[in-house]
Amino acid sequence: MREGVVSAALLGALLAFGLGAWALGEVFFVNLAARVACVALAGAGLNLALGFGGMVSFGHAAFFGLGGYAAGIAATHAFDGGAFAGVLPGTTSMPVVWLAAMLAAGLAALPIGLISLRTQGVYFIMITLAFAQMIFYFAISFPAYGGEDGLPIYLRSELPLVDASDPLDFFLVSFALLVAVLLGCRTVLAARFGAALALARLNPVRLATAGIAPLPVLLAAFVASAMIAGLAGALFAELNGFVSPAMLSWHRSGEIMVIVILGGVGRLAGPVAGAMLFVALETVIGGWTQYWQGWLGLILLGVVLFARGGLIGALAGPVRHG
Amino acid sequence: MAEPVLAVSGLRKSFGALAATDGVDLALRDGEILALIGPNGAGKSTLIAQIAGTLAPDAGRVTLAGRDLAGMSVAARARAGLGRTFQVSSLAMPLSARANVRIAVQARAPRRFGVLRPVARDAALNAPAEAALARVGLGPARWALPVASLSHGERRRVELAAALAARPRLLLLDEPMAGLGADGTAAMADLLEALRAEVPILLVEHDMSAVFRLADRIAVLVAGRIIATGAPDAIRADAAVQQAYLGVDA
Repeated sequence: MREGVVSAALLGALLAFGLGAWALGEVFFVNLAARVACVALAGAGLNLALGFGGMVSFGHAAFFGLGGYAAGIAATHAFDGGAFAGVLPGTTSMPVVWLAAMLAAGLAALPIGLISLRTQGVYFIMITLAFAQMIFYFAISFPAYGGEDGLPIYLRSELPLVDASDPLDFFLVSFALLVAVLLGCRTVLAARFGAALALARLNPVRLATAGIAPLPVLLAAFVASAMIAGLAGALFAELNGFVSPAMLSWHRSGEIMVIVILGGVGRLAGPVAGAMLFVALETVIGGWTQYWQGWLGLILLGVVLFARGGLIGALAGPVRHG
Repeated sequence: MAEPVLAVSGLRKSFGALAATDGVDLALRDGEILALIGPNGAGKSTLIAQIAGTLAPDAGRVTLAGRDLAGMSVAARARAGLGRTFQVSSLAMPLSARANVRIAVQARAPRRFGVLRPVARDAALNAPAEAALARVGLGPARWALPVASLSHGERRRVELAAALAARPRLLLLDEPMAGLGADGTAAMADLLEALRAEVPILLVEHDMSAVFRLADRIAVLVAGRIIATGAPDAIRADAAVQQAYLGVDA
């Protein structure tokens, strides 16, 4: 149960940081905590595919960005009274935005996963990257939603009982979603679906021989993973008040992957640790030098070479299987 | 006579000019151990792959309990009642022996992909898995250990337990004695002997003393064809078999 303690401590630290910043009146740091929560949520999504399903997707920015665009397009049409594809009106309801973001990401992930899962290893990495690039270039060249310039979100969508335009409230909402997703993942992974997914990752021959075809299990995990990334993207876009093709770019896919690897692949709270470290480095070292990513590279190198379980591995020891 | 559990008829598979399976017919009935033997390169692995579903035959058919297996995936065949073990154990090494067996119970459970109840405390999965492990002689002290820390012989038993836990109609065992040593081979033979009444076994094995001890019938595969099928004594005396195995002119 040591990993559970470490996970709870990490989440507690993030919550304390956000609340502390708010108590001190430091809005910048409250927003920074919300950014960590969003990025960690995207990482949690990728971790489901990469860490628990063994699917090294280099295209999760596509799902993250689609979620962002769902939020952006919903806000745009709520503002101008138009409709997406002529039928879907805009909305200012945050749960509806979340649902739209998850559906958009999930619907994209279904064919992408179905095709990509026919390949393995480096080919899987490349084909997921290729699909993400297709969506990226489509967003750049399609003029209706800002093209290369992106879409502004003038007003955040609304949630009952909460003032989402308030930095603290928005952080708390993001944090609550992060915790809910992590708890949900923990439950599903400990249950029968998770057992099948673990076998699909560790030995698909064993799973098939037992009588369960690995492909549908992997595909379901891939789609769920994309939906979580899409939800994270919607939050991220609303946090920044802006969505652009940069959210879909392969740099972003790499960033999400770096966060998962820094924190610990296949560790539930790995993306939380990774996102905290990533955003901290970006902010602290990025304040000293614009070449902060050089330092990030060195740290990543250190983690890959010396702490293969990532931060969680260093704090909680190796994975224990039931 | 009763319907055979496994019936292979007119099976053919060629790789280019090489006929790896050249019109094979086999029938296996309840209560029976049928050993499939043959020199290296005879096409045993190709034949097994076609029964297990990893390779599609060019012609012919395989039926399990009267059901045609054509076009069925490995997983679908497993659910149809085909239990198998591999020449080299194929298990999820970091997982416990129990988890490796439990997945086979899960595969035939009514809710295969539940998302709420943790499998670790799911008696409907654990009890049959543990019963299967006990059946193959693996004690409770070994159940929670990662398979990677078990001995080679224990891994063979875990694999057999996984096959048994799915309540198969047929066991397809690919060299279960390989690498076991004298004691291990004898213990595995005792186990298979005891299983004979429960489930019919197609046994592919190189260890001839085990084959002659266990088999009710032996089928000899040479160059993709079954050159002889019969009781062990008849096979021992068969001129064509001696020719194929020993290279002597009878």
